[in-house]
Amino acid sequence: MRDPALIRMLPDGRRLHLHDGPIDLIIEANGARRAVSAAYEAAARRFVTILDELCSELPLLRTRAQVNSERPRGAVAQRMFAAVEPYCEDCLITPMAAVAGSVAEAILESMTVAATLERAYVNNGGDIALHFAAGKFYKIGMVERPDRPSLFGSLEISAADPIRGIATSGWRGRSFSLGIADAVTVLADCASAADAAATVIGNAVNLPNHPGVTRIPALEISPDSDLGDLLVTRGVDPLSSSEIFAAIDSGARVADALRAQGLIHSSALCLQGHTRVVSPLLAQASIEISPRSLLHA
Amino acid sequence: MADVFPPDTVRCDACPVLCYIKRGHAGACDRYANLEGQLVRVDPHILLDRAKSQGMPLVPFLEREGDWDGKIMKGQETFVTAIGAGTTYPDYKPAPFIVSSEVEGVDMVTVVTEGIFSYCGVKLKIDTDRHLGPERNLVRAQGEPVGHVTTAEYGSRMLSLGGVHHLTGGSKSEGRVTCETLLALCNGKEVELTIDEGASVCVAAGKPPVVNGQREERMRVGCGSATIGMFAKQWFGKVDDVVVVDDHITGVLSEHQAGKLLGVRETGIAIQGRRSTPGRYFQVAEPGTGWGGTNISDPLTILKPFKAKFAWPHLRLLMVSTTGEQFAYYELDEALRPVEKELPETLKESVGRIRENCEPALTAVLFMGGAGGSLRAGVTENPVKLTDSVKRKLTRVTCGGAPAYIWPGGGITFMVDVTRMPENAFGYVPTPALVAPIEFTLKKSDYAVLGGHVNYVRPLADVLKEKERQRQLVSHAQNPWPLKPHIGSSES
Repeated sequence: MRDPALIRMLPDGRRLHLHDGPIDLIIEANGARRAVSAAYEAAARRFVTILDELCSELPLLRTRAQVNSERPRGAVAQRMFAAVEPYCEDCLITPMAAVAGSVAEAILESMTVAATLERAYVNNGGDIALHFAAGKFYKIGMVERPDRPSLFGSLEISAADPIRGIATSGWRGRSFSLGIADAVTVLADCASAADAAATVIGNAVNLPNHPGVTRIPALEISPDSDLGDLLVTRGVDPLSSSEIFAAIDSGARVADALRAQGLIHSSALCLQGHTRVVSPLLAQASIEISPRSLLHA
Repeated sequence: MADVFPPDTVRCDACPVLCYIKRGHAGACDRYANLEGQLVRVDPHILLDRAKSQGMPLVPFLEREGDWDGKIMKGQETFVTAIGAGTTYPDYKPAPFIVSSEVEGVDMVTVVTEGIFSYCGVKLKIDTDRHLGPERNLVRAQGEPVGHVTTAEYGSRMLSLGGVHHLTGGSKSEGRVTCETLLALCNGKEVELTIDEGASVCVAAGKPPVVNGQREERMRVGCGSATIGMFAKQWFGKVDDVVVVDDHITGVLSEHQAGKLLGVRETGIAIQGRRSTPGRYFQVAEPGTGWGGTNISDPLTILKPFKAKFAWPHLRLLMVSTTGEQFAYYELDEALRPVEKELPETLKESVGRIRENCEPALTAVLFMGGAGGSLRAGVTENPVKLTDSVKRKLTRVTCGGAPAYIWPGGGITFMVDVTRMPENAFGYVPTPALVAPIEFTLKKSDYAVLGGHVNYVRPLADVLKEKERQRQLVSHAQNPWPLKPHIGSSES
């Protein structure tokens, strides 16, 4: 039986919670009271059909994206395809790699079209779309392990920065990863681009054939996974410092290349307590890593 | 495509993603899972059925068609608990469920929510006389400090675990281990704790404690001296002297105040150890696992030779431990040496009574938490009024249907015996903090007065329709029925 979508305010009275199937959004808008309620109403209206739209072309969205692929029809699905397209020649990637960021972005867009807001965010399980009026900013905490969240660092993003999307990927998260990073956080122009890039960089933080890494074909866990029989990470033993550096190096090389191509602005790579920041934007969007993490790095 | 999957793969139809879920795995949402070939919601909402007869065990069962016959009509027989009322999303719990039902002609409202308690901990009462460690010393789990030793109480040692400082005031791993320890104890699981400069204990709510690998069976009836006081009258005239062997205070009837008052004759008995006051001896032996928590296996080893000036042949002597588990009866021969004899019928009763009066040694786990601002705001627009209503006993507070003791003074700080709650009633968020169910039950008229969210009140029958995510349990036989209207209501 189809559970209905859930639309409600959180007990704090400020944030909106939208939930449908695997999509769970936490939304907050700031601005004039009337503008905020108009934005929330628009978000809810846009939200109620979004899962059905995606599911109507789910088989296509779960298929490897290629230069000559059939293009999806739905607006959100097109965002997903556009976000993964830059990677499709170099690696196996499906539009699903950008689903969370694309949904966040689409909902945020419906809000900013409906009302003039000072600032707003749509957080889709860690993949976040941001909106600012001039002069506004957000301070954002970063978490390396979703199973035991504690902030390892924070960053401030303001209207002057070109960043409107944040995404985090890691093998401990809800989606599968081919890599071993606990978390790769990416700042990009938009949430869908950040989502796809975080997946790609997360896959690159890796130690191929390392005996301490448990990998299982994705199909064995989830029979309809878009990753098919690719080996996904299910466990990582404690690694030596040199192994950690090697794995982070391999991810950082990819992150640096993506930054050079203008696909991302900056990224933080976390593996077993070590953090590396790949960022040309430290001056503007300042990323602060807590001293404890610095000691490790 | 479906036919290539193993036969016990299920297809979830809770949303249009229509996940294929393998046995033992969850779908993309993490909320629906395949449990032994069946699609189940992973976070069931617990309802309590009023036990039809006393002493009915708590029997969980998954609801099936037919089990509901009649129950919807007799709504007051079902109480909606907060267990599973929330979602699993890490950083919030939903606005509370507010349920109305008619009980004995009174419209009652129950506000049901899962609270996130960063201010919380457990109080452990461990029934043992063994020394667990000096007061104020740290109690550790997996090497991390999670609490401390507090006072020794009668026959028990108290530990205080958790609290906001261990949860969020220390290192990350201290907080995580504290949260894990509290969660396990609250859900009735066994936990191993070590005490700095003290013992290692394995404890679980409602189970005998295991101290340094040894399981405690019974609490002593009292110390040796207290035992003399309690049983002196029953012994008087049936035996000439009694020694109650105890690691704390060994008691001697003929020298003890209780014996003196009865006119028990001096027997010339002499005891090893340090005399505290007449008839009371400290340190008669080393602590151990023998008689009365000492290392004694032969009780005669604590006796010095009887003084000839006072003792007499055929003098009758009973030696017994504080639990009555060990006892021996002697009569003096012509040389005033004790000779073991069979325990006379006239004394069997008193020894049996010591044993009967020893309660089983258990570990009690009380969860203690404080209902904070946001939780109270989920109940009423005017949180202080809820506190006031609870203090005036107009609002009953329960945790998963179990009665909660509310501390006097400010706020809603409560304690609850976790063994009265349904199993696995507690959860956690990685903040770290515990998630505990809490229900506020009050008359509907009182709810309106305190500024309750009356527009969100739903009839019980309505809630019961959401069958698929509910699980019904029989209410704990010793718990008062949470929906019973309050006697306290009349004072308003």
